[in-house]
Formats: sequence, C-alpha cells, structure tokens
Amino acid sequence: MKNYDLIRHVKGESQFVDDILVPEGLLYASVSYSKIAHGELININIKDAIKIKGVRGIYTVRDIPGENQIGGIVPDEVLFATDRVEFIGQPIAIVVADSQLIAMEAARKIEIEVNELPVITDPREAFKADQLIVPPRTFNLGNIDECWHQCEYIIEGSAESGGQEHLYLEVQGAFAFPVEGGGVKIISSTQSPTAVQRVTARILNLPMHKVEVDVLRLGGAFGGKEDQATAWAVMAALASFKLNKPVKLILPRQEDMIMTGKRHPYSSDFKIGLNKGGKIIGYEVTFYQNAGAAADLSPAVLERTLFHCTNSYYIPNVKATAISCKTNLPPNTAFRGFGGPQAMFVIESAIYKAAEEMGIDPLEIQNKNLLDEGDEFPYGQKTENCHAKITWRRVEEKYNITEIRNSVNEFNNNNNIYKKGIAFMPICFGISFTNTSMNQASALVHVYTDGSISVSTAAVEMGQGVNEKIRQVASKVFSVNIERVKTETTNTTRIANTSPTAASSSADLNGKATERACLNILAHLKVTAAEILNASSSSHIVIKDEIVYQDGTKTNLVWNKLIKTAHLKRVNLSSHAFYATPGIHFDREIEKGKPFAYHVYGTAVIEVTVDCLRGIYKIDSVKAIHDFGKSITPIIDLGQAEGAIMQGLGWMTIEEIIYDKKGELLTDALSTYKVPDIHFTPDVQIEFLKNSENPFGIFKSKAIGEPPLMYGIGSYFAIMNALKQFRPDARFNISAPITPEKVLLNLYSKVYANIPIQ
Amino acid sequence: MKTKIKFICNSENVSAEVHPGLSLLDFLRKNLALTGTKEGCREGDCGACTVLIGEFGGKEISYYSVNSCLFPIGDVNGKHVVTVEGINTDELTIVQESFVEEGASQCGFCTPGFIVSLTGYFLSNKIYNPNDAIDSMDGNICRCTGHSSIIRAAQKSAEILSGNITNHIDHISALIKSGLIPDYFSEIPKRLKQLKQEKISEEEKVVPNFYIAGGTDLFVQKWEDVLKNDVKLLSSNGISSTIIEENGKCIIGAAATVSDLINSDIISKYLPHLKEQLKLFGSLPIRNTATVGGNIVNASPIADITIILLALNVVVHLKKENNERKLFLKDFYKGYKTLDLKEGELVDCISFDYPAGNSHFNFEKVSRRTYLDIASVNSSIYLEITDDSIITAHLSAGGVAPIPLFLKKTSEFLNGKTITADNVTEAAAISQTEISPITDARGSADYKSLLLRQLFYAHFITLFPDKMNVKELA
Ligand SMILES: Cc1cc2nc3c(=O)[nH]c(=O)nc-3n(C[C@H](O)[C@H](O)[C@H](O)COP(=O)(O)OP(=O)(O)OC[C@H]3O[C@@H](n4cnc5c(N)ncnc54)[C@H](O)[C@@H]3O)c2cc1C
Ligand code: FES
Ligand code: FES
Repeated sequence: MKNYDLIRHVKGESQFVDDILVPEGLLYASVSYSKIAHGELININIKDAIKIKGVRGIYTVRDIPGENQIGGIVPDEVLFATDRVEFIGQPIAIVVADSQLIAMEAARKIEIEVNELPVITDPREAFKADQLIVPPRTFNLGNIDECWHQCEYIIEGSAESGGQEHLYLEVQGAFAFPVEGGGVKIISSTQSPTAVQRVTARILNLPMHKVEVDVLRLGGAFGGKEDQATAWAVMAALASFKLNKPVKLILPRQEDMIMTGKRHPYSSDFKIGLNKGGKIIGYEVTFYQNAGAAADLSPAVLERTLFHCTNSYYIPNVKATAISCKTNLPPNTAFRGFGGPQAMFVIESAIYKAAEEMGIDPLEIQNKNLLDEGDEFPYGQKTENCHAKITWRRVEEKYNITEIRNSVNEFNNNNNIYKKGIAFMPICFGISFTNTSMNQASALVHVYTDGSISVSTAAVEMGQGVNEKIRQVASKVFSVNIERVKTETTNTTRIANTSPTAASSSADLNGKATERACLNILAHLKVTAAEILNASSSSHIVIKDEIVYQDGTKTNLVWNKLIKTAHLKRVNLSSHAFYATPGIHFDREIEKGKPFAYHVYGTAVIEVTVDCLRGIYKIDSVKAIHDFGKSITPIIDLGQAEGAIMQGLGWMTIEEIIYDKKGELLTDALSTYKVPDIHFTPDVQIEFLKNSENPFGIFKSKAIGEPPLMYGIGSYFAIMNALKQFRPDARFNISAPITPEKVLLNLYSKVYANIPIQ
Repeated sequence: MKTKIKFICNSENVSAEVHPGLSLLDFLRKNLALTGTKEGCREGDCGACTVLIGEFGGKEISYYSVNSCLFPIGDVNGKHVVTVEGINTDELTIVQESFVEEGASQCGFCTPGFIVSLTGYFLSNKIYNPNDAIDSMDGNICRCTGHSSIIRAAQKSAEILSGNITNHIDHISALIKSGLIPDYFSEIPKRLKQLKQEKISEEEKVVPNFYIAGGTDLFVQKWEDVLKNDVKLLSSNGISSTIIEENGKCIIGAAATVSDLINSDIISKYLPHLKEQLKLFGSLPIRNTATVGGNIVNASPIADITIILLALNVVVHLKKENNERKLFLKDFYKGYKTLDLKEGELVDCISFDYPAGNSHFNFEKVSRRTYLDIASVNSSIYLEITDDSIITAHLSAGGVAPIPLFLKKTSEFLNGKTITADNVTEAAAISQTEISPITDARGSADYKSLLLRQLFYAHFITLFPDKMNVKELA
C-alpha cells in the first residue's frame, strides 16, 4: 500500500498555492505594514506608491465594504490598521500590481505617520499595566492553602519559555478570483477554510454562500495557519473583488516571519511542596502568557495550559492561574501543543529545582508521582486507561536505563571538556478541542458508477497524513482496494461550517464522519445485494475484499457489478454524514468537567553531550515508548512522532526568537532563526506501546499530531544535568531555549568564578 | 539589460534572452513553469530550491548541487540544469522509492529539494557510504519529518546503489541501469558539446553596477537591485578558480569555491584538518558556489574563509584591466564593509607561503546551530614553533569587531613565548582588549567576548593537548 500524496511529493508533482497554473491577467499583491510597534495612526501616505508604473490599486481600511474585523474568539483584531498600530508587522494596506516586484517596491513606498506610544513586549510588564486579553482563570484541586504544612520541602522559583516560529516551509499565501454573481473563490493555504470564508464574507459584506474556499494541501502549518492564514486570503479576496481580477498574495519569508504570530512565550512562577518521600503534595503556579497585540487563539491556548499544568503527575492540591497579557508583538497563535508544552515545562522545572534542593535526581520525583488509573486532574476529569506508569517502566526496561546511566557516569569521569546528561520526560496530553462545540465534523462520500470512491471531509492535508487515514477508513468500511478511494480538496461548498484542522483530532473526527457516511451507503448496497441474490434480508450479506458473501458463502456478485446494478435500481450512492464527539463537556463557571475524549501517554529518555569549553551541545538520542493506541497507519504515525519530537527539541534548544525593546524582530530570517537540520537529528527510537486499544479513536487508534512534541522538553533538563556534571554546585536559572549562548554564560558566569569545575 | 543564454534544462534545450542576474529559481518556475523546484526562503537556507548543474570537468560531465534562488541565470549558459522533473522516470527512482517506503516526506514542500540533493550525491560520487549520503542533504531543511525518516531513506538508497554499481567504467550508464536517473542523461555530453559549438552572442560591453561571483552574498542582500542594474558575471571575466603551488607559495584563484578548497590536494597537504573544518561553512550547495573572492570582498566580520586566510597572513592580488597591485589581507579592511579596493578593481587571487614544517594551524567556529549557520564568533590561529617557543604567531577573530579582525597585539605578545597556561591566559586577556563586539541576533556582546576567550583556549587545548587542559584555563 502506497501513500499517494508521497508519490506526488517525491516527483515534485504536488501543487501548493504558488504552483497552481495562473490565469491570464493575474495580479500580484504585497502588504505594507507598520514599522512601529505602538502608536496613534495619523496618516497613511500612498502618493509615491500609487505613481509607480504597473500599480493597479492600493487598498486600506477605507476600502473595506464590510466590517474591518478578523478576530476569531474575541472581536479585537482589524484587517488593516485604523486609528492605531499595535505591533511591528501590522498590515496597513495592500498594493496590487502587474508583478510581484512592482508590488513589493510600491508597498515599501507607502508611508505612515504615527504618534508613538510606549512599547510593552514583556508579559509581566503588561500585567502590571493591566493590559489583559481576557480575565485570568484559575483551576483548583484539593486545598492549596492547607497543604503546605504537610510538606517537608517547599521550593519556589520561576521559569521562562520562549516563543517559536512555525517555519512551515511553504509561506503564507492565497490566490483569489472573481466568480459570476459577484462572488469570490479563494485558494488558500489555511487550516481553517471556514474561518477564511466567514471573515471574507464579513469584510466584503457578502453572504457566506458567495465565498468559496478551496484547500488543496499545505506545505506545513503546525498551528501557524489556523487563525493566521485568514488575513492574507481575505486581502487577496478584497483586491480581487475590487478589481474584478485574479490576485495572488504570497508573503516573502521575511515578511511572513515579521507579520505572523508564533508560539506564546510564557513567564511563570511556581511553588511546589513535597513530603520526605518525594511525593508532591502541593503545586501552585501562575502563568503569564505573552499574547501579543490581539486575542487570536490566546484564550484557548491559555486554557490548555491550565489543563496540562500537572502533566503526567497526580498532585492532590493544585492552584493554577493563567493570565493572558497584551503586548506590542504580533498576536501569538496556535502551535503544535497549544499551550500544553508551556505548562509541562513549568512543572518539570519545579521538579528539577525540587530535586536540586533535595539532592536527588529529578527522575526519582517524576517516577513517584506518575498518574494512576482513576486519578483526578485539576479540571475534574479522572484518568481512564491510564498509561503513565506502564510507559515509564517499559522505557526503563527496553532501553536498559541502568546501563545508560552507568555509561554516562563513566564517560563523565573520563572527560573534563565533554559532559553527558540524561533526563526522563513523561507526557500526558488530552485529546479534543477544549471548546466542546468545535468537536464536530462531516464527510461527503460518493461512489461513482465505475466503483471508484470520492471522499470530502473538513480535514486539511498538511503533511499529517490525514488523507491517507481517511482513505483507509473508506476502504476498510467498504472492504475495497484502497486504490479505489480518492480524497478531495477541502472545500466549503462540499463541507460546510468546518472546525479547523487542529488539536490532533482531524483523523478522529473526520474519520468517524467518513465511517458513518460509508456505512450509510454500505447499508443501501447490502439491501441491493440482498435483492439481487434473493436473500431475505440484508443481514445475510457481507462484502469482503470486493466480493459479496451471502451467509458466509462467496457469490458471483463483485463490487463493480453491485455498484452498477445499484445505480440502475436508483439507489443513493452518495452520503453526507456528521459526527460529534459524545460524552464531553466542560463548565467554565466551576472550571470542572470532562473536556477530553481520552488522553495520550508516553515516556522518553533523552541523552545529550555538552562541550563545556565552547558551550555547544549535541542531542545524542531520544528513546520513547509512545501510546499510539491501535495505529491504523504506523508509518505515518511514526513520522508524526519523529517530526514532533524534533520541533520540541528545537523549541527547547536552538530556536530562539528575539524581539528588541522596540518590538522589532531580530530573528526574521532563516539565517538568524535556526531550526534543527539533518545534522542536529539525534538517534530517535520509538516503540509503539503494546495492547493499547482506544475505544474513542477512529478504529481504536489515538491522535498523534501534538503529544510527542513534549518529549523534547526533556532535552532542556538533560542539558542542565550535563552542566551540573561540570559545575556541581552551580544553580542555573530556568530559561528556555537553552542556546549555546546561555550554556556558556551559565557555565562561566562570574558568580562561579571561585567554584572549581569538575 | 538582457543577454542570450542557451542551456539544457532536464531533457530540453532552452534558449532565452534574459537579465543575467535573474535567479535560476525564478526562471524555472515562471518562464519554464517547472514548479517542482520550490521557494522556501530565497536566501540559501532551506534547500527547497535545490537543482543540479552539470558541466564538463575533464572528459566527463560533473554534477553538483546549487541553490537556484541564489544562482544567476547567466551562469547556466552552456550547462545542464537538472530539476526534480528531470529526475523522474516512468517508475519511481531508487531515491524516490526509498523516500516513499520510509515515509520520508510529509507535507512534501521540502521533498523535491531533498530528492535532488541525494540524487546529486549518487551522480557526483562513485563510492557510496551512508554518512556521506546524509551529508549531501546538509543544505535541506525539513520542518515536518524531523529528518529521521530521511536519514533512513538515504541509508537505504546508498545500500541499494552500492550493491548495484559494480561497473564503474561508465558511471552514468550504470546509474541509468540501476534506476537512479532517466535515459536521456547518456545523451547529455554529446548535446552539451553541440550546444557549446553554437555561437553565443557576444556580451555587450557594459560598466556593471554589480560583479557577481557565486552570488551567495549578493543575491541574499540585493536581489531586487541586481535585477534593476547592469551586472557582470565574474565567471566570464577571466578570474581563475584554480589552486596551484608555485615557488614555495600557494596561489588560490579568487573564483575558487569553498568546495574547490575542500577538494584540493594542495590544501589538504599543508592544512590537513581544513577539509573537516570547512564542513562548518554553509551547506554543500553553498560551498559549491561561494567563492574565496566573494568571501573576502563581502567583508562580513564573521566571514569564515577570511578569518582563516588572515591567520595564514595571505597577500591579496588586485587587478584592474592591466594594473595590478597587492597587499596583505590584514591591511585590506578599513572599517565596517569598507575596503582598500578601487572602483572596477577585482580580486584576482590570493597567495601565501607554505605553512612551515614546524607550524600549527587551527580554526574554531561556534554558531547557534552547528551546521549551516553563520558564526557567533570564529577564530583562527597559525603558530610556528622552534625549541618550545613561538617564533611566529598570527591570530584572527570574527564576530567581535566591525571587520574580520587580525589580532595584532595578541599575535605580537605570543611571539617568543613558550606554550604555558599562564602565557595563554595572558594572551587571551590581551585579545579582549582588541575587540569591540556588539549585541545582535547572533549573541550578546558579553557572550561574544566570553566565547572568543573560550575559542582562544580551545585553539591551545586542541593543538597542545598534553600541555593544556580546561581546568587550568577556566
Ligand atoms: C545559506 C548561506 C550560508 C552561508 N554560510 C557561510 C559560512 O558558513 N561562512 C561564511 O563565511 N560565509 C557564509 N555565507 C556567505 C557567503 O556564502 C560567502 O561570503 C561567500 O564566500 C561569498 O562568495 P560569493 O562568490 O557567493 O560572493 P558574491 O555574492 O558573488 O559576491 C559578494 C561580493 O563580493 C564581490 N566580489 C566577488 N568576487 C569578487 C572578486 N573576485 N573581486 C572583487 N569583488 C568580488 C561581489 O561584487 C559582491 O559585492 C553563507 C551564505 C549563505 C547564503
Ligand atoms: S529558496 Fe530556500 S534555499 Fe533557495
Ligand atoms: S515534508 Fe514538510 S517540510 Fe519536509
């Protein structure tokens, strides 16, 4: 069985937005944006720009026929700046011209006059200035105030985690063209076709049925095209609508990096209490989320931070507060893990600091506090089919941890420049959109008279292999060769009112909807088969491997013939079906409920080597036992895990986003923002946890997109562990990413000038 | 401006009249509608645009990978350009098949670039090993897979092809037979020769606004300006790319690429470790095009080749028409990106005395990401030692001043000194007085100062492991 998409990819035949053959008369758009992070917008001067030969139009807020509003959760974000600018990169206008080059040149010539206001880039500063996106939220379990006296050790501290650029290889872009009747069709690189449709309709003042959005595939997204693909698609649509011409808008990489939001940086305070035996009794944490200048998805990200504040551990007394702070940066947004990684980093930091204080290895605390069956999370849900301990034990056994630790010790005793470190990283990640209403999907399945099958769903293919999974589902339900099944583009006229392809749940939700649609058609087919074979009822009929069986006996009726006959008998060979995840709910008044259909578990051990002379390091290996459920496509799932792990490692180590005090992004190119390359890749070994069948996932599988990213967090603590071998008495601040710069400045800080190295 | 070009793209002959400074990427995608070659960054840092260039190197055609986003279309004249479309055969090729089997592609945007790089490895080498195969993709970034599956696919391809290729006499035919490349490759030498015989119209005489060597700096910094101005390609301007020995001197043509340095026997003989150290320079496609002259003239304060050459105390040979002059590289830099270079003057070559038998050389570079990254700080050292004491010392440091810095005082201090921890720490302290680092995306000023000290120690610990250790120096 071969993955169709991959065959096209390796031949260079797969098309992305910028590859589609363009119609005659195509125009190109370029965005003009604010170079000032905060101020009152006094004037926009387009005089010089409009004069340039080849410029066809320049559009600002004044040209919007509808409402200048693109906010999703909170209506607080404009398409084009009106009376103020709030971050560098905020769109002011678009220029449409005969060529990309002319459009870019003209966009640069647009000048804005701004009354500058103070710039805030730090979330704690924003909090002090009362600049919040939404009111803070708090989750409680047990009684935090009463628990501290039971603790032998109480450790307080803070932890910083940085932002992360998605760096989808295909930049943001869209292509829009007018269609008859005053509508517009948009080919967009978006995870949320419906969001693009809804916002375009709002901006253009059109009913949604006049806006068609079509998505072929995305060249990577990782959350960065969930909310943030919308603006560019809408701008292309606006220009196309105004000029009645096809318009393409592709952001150059640097502008993409400057204008779009990233993973939220967090600054957090923690207090953790443990008893003598290392059991965690209480955990109090406050998260300051750096949301950027508008809400975007920040409130939802914030919520998931709270859900994952205790990671894989049972802690009886918890108080977790999360505050979304408004700063003068581009609105930060969804990124694989969606607030979960930031939360897990803080609890792991607290455990690390506690272990340091107690003079033990962090893994002793981690191990003692892992979740058990029936344990309660701070949000009220209890664990079911909990695999926290099983995966941990299996890691110890499979990867022979005793041996690893011995060889690390030996290495460290024999080397004074190079030091090795290891860390364990257990994960527990909840599956479902935490906004319950978004857990819905639909599918449209056609069986054509030649027996081939077409499936449309709400799922957008962006490399996660959802198309291939959907094909599997259809081929399994009908029991036909997978070659018969084709997945279609994601299109708002075929599948309406879609949730974004996100939260790792697209295969679950759309797979289930596909299963239902196929079952509907199958039911009709069985009735038809029963009629043809003169069976008393369709319950005697089974289709297996394209052959119809009657009461277990093979008949001459095969798939193609059955379909043809069904068509002649005027049987419906199409079905649209709908799925909504059952049994989930959450009450935000009391912050309790059962928000997740299920959880994904796993444990990894990470080994690193640090060059303590130069401050550089190499991640040697990541060895994990991961709970995939009963995987329907192991090769796709393995690839998702490997890719996610690498993004987690990058986030913790070399991927550093730097804004200066004026809110200007210094790392605005691939030459300054470094993601893992092929040499960075460690030895990654992943074992599929055995006997894990998940009743809530499609064909008993589990969601895979996001959870493994969080194994990467272990690399931070493995590096800390190695640094400790070089400077045993040093106490390092917790601040991710731990770049080579931070390693060196930590190791040779003047504070330790008189402390001998090991 | 426009010039006529003729070349073979995949299996087709192409002729066009274009601005010679147009990027090959734009030409492929827009003029030829070959959209398998992708644009991911337009600055040589992602590899999605990788293509192969084939040209005669001796009797056979040799193929090498380049970033088409930085490659001037004028330079493909008379050559064979291979894009992913030109690799496709009826069935999947060995490389493509390995990628599919290992799931080494997810969103697919990076994939054509990887396929081209890896295919290029098998085309341009005759003995295969998995690690070299992996190295050939050091200029390709995949954000989806995390590279593990790509590594497996490369290993698998290398294994299959190593087994397949027994007859090395006609490499290309063997590769066609093994299913690595399509048939038409066998006809390319003949067709290229024919192409060469066709007369390419004389270039107009123009005073260019830009000279382009490899384009790896120019196209990153000013590709839009290049398109609006008159340009001249140094490849057609008589600047040599050879590396020769002459009268006790090594002479490197300014057009020599970093790959030329790596592959030079002369360089390997005198500086045996340089080959490994230069793998820290850019990526394979960048090394294949980036020139020594470009590195020197671009005058970036962290230019790796320049930092190495400063420690070798090289002489720069300049020429303008028939006027020639020379000066020490260390005297070439006047201030941030200002040079002792007159209008119209070109770097012809550089020369230096062979490293003496009692000499020691080292190069250190630290960047945020070890490979395909610009240094936060780099440094080079050249020492000649007689009877335990240093008789000649040349040290250089990058990323710590507005220019690539020759550490004059530090070098002078070390003259006549013995190699002891005390002398090394004192020299390190002196070097700190010569630098003026600034805070930028590559690190804070404090970090760069500290890092230079550490790299300084690293030179001595690497060169004299018996005399020095980290505990004494820290
Ligand atoms: C992705 C990437 C990675 C890189 N990595 C590194 C790295 O690791 N280390 C490093 O040092 N650099 C690196 N560079 C920078 C660049 O590759 C080098 O500086 C290279 O040596 C420049 O050579 P070029 O031939 O491409 O120069 P070009 O871009 O062609 O020219 C640069 C300048 O020099 C002038 N010039 C070129 N040759 C001559 C000559 N003979 N006489 C007079 N003027 C001349 C040109 O007119 C132009 O102004 C990297 C660049 C990229 C894009
Ligand atoms: S487009 Fe990224 S290297 Fe050329
Ligand atoms: S497969 Fe998406 S970037 Fe490589």
